Amino acid sequence: MPFNRTCRDVAALLVAREDRDLGLADRLALRMHMVICDACPRFERQILTMRNSLQQWRNYSSPEDSTGNGASPK
Amino acid sequence: MTHFEQQIVALQDYLLKFARLQLRNDAWAEDAVSETVVAALAKPQSFGNRSQLKTWLVGILKHKVIDALRHHHREVSGLEHTDDDNADPLEAIAFQADGHFVEAPADWGNPEQQASSQQFFAILEACASKLPASQGRLFLMREWLELSSEEICKELQLTPTNLYVQLHRARLRLRECLELHWYMKASAK
Repeated sequence: MPFNRTCRDVAALLVAREDRDLGLADRLALRMHMVICDACPRFERQILTMRNSLQQWRNYSSPEDSTGNGASPK
Repeated sequence: MTHFEQQIVALQDYLLKFARLQLRNDAWAEDAVSETVVAALAKPQSFGNRSQLKTWLVGILKHKVIDALRHHHREVSGLEHTDDDNADPLEAIAFQADGHFVEAPADWGNPEQQASSQQFFAILEACASKLPASQGRLFLMREWLELSSEEICKELQLTPTNLYVQLHRARLRLRECLELHWYMKASAK
């Protein structure tokens, strides 16, 4: 089964997707796996949370930031 | 000192945090920050608020940091050999023999949308600083300096495959660290 992937394979694809484009077969396999799996969508949410928060972190434009110490937590 | 000068000097530690994280060398980081301060003081200007001043300074710092990476090119481009080279970073996640998760990944909530985001950023920074030095530099060249893969490969003389392997490992390590420190913290509340 070319589109049959384990959670382990899918986790690797979800991380790889952050840095490179996946091929068509991988994209299809990913989509099919996400429909039937409970755990992998949670992993995907973690990766997306990382992506979004890294973006915010680098732009550092949160409202608290303008008041001073908020951006240098210890 | 003028108000402008005082403001710049007060932000040195803030700048140093980013410089250290990216360069992973205290002496280089301090030099980059000094150069940033000197450059900033040479063209005084006014800003509506502190946040805009920070953005301007970080912009200067990024150029100084890239100069430092180029200048120390030799030390930076060698990927040091660590245990990480042989280990499959996916091993940090427990999978059953059939490839299923042993335990479902945790729900982290939406730290990027909440007031707790500052706390999350602090943990994110701590986790990034724990990456092996060369991997951490690569990861931040991507995520903080926002260089393209082509630019990073060129600067560090890496093949794209090599770069992707390192970024992949860095992301998995970061995820593991966040799972440990953010999720544990969040669930302990």
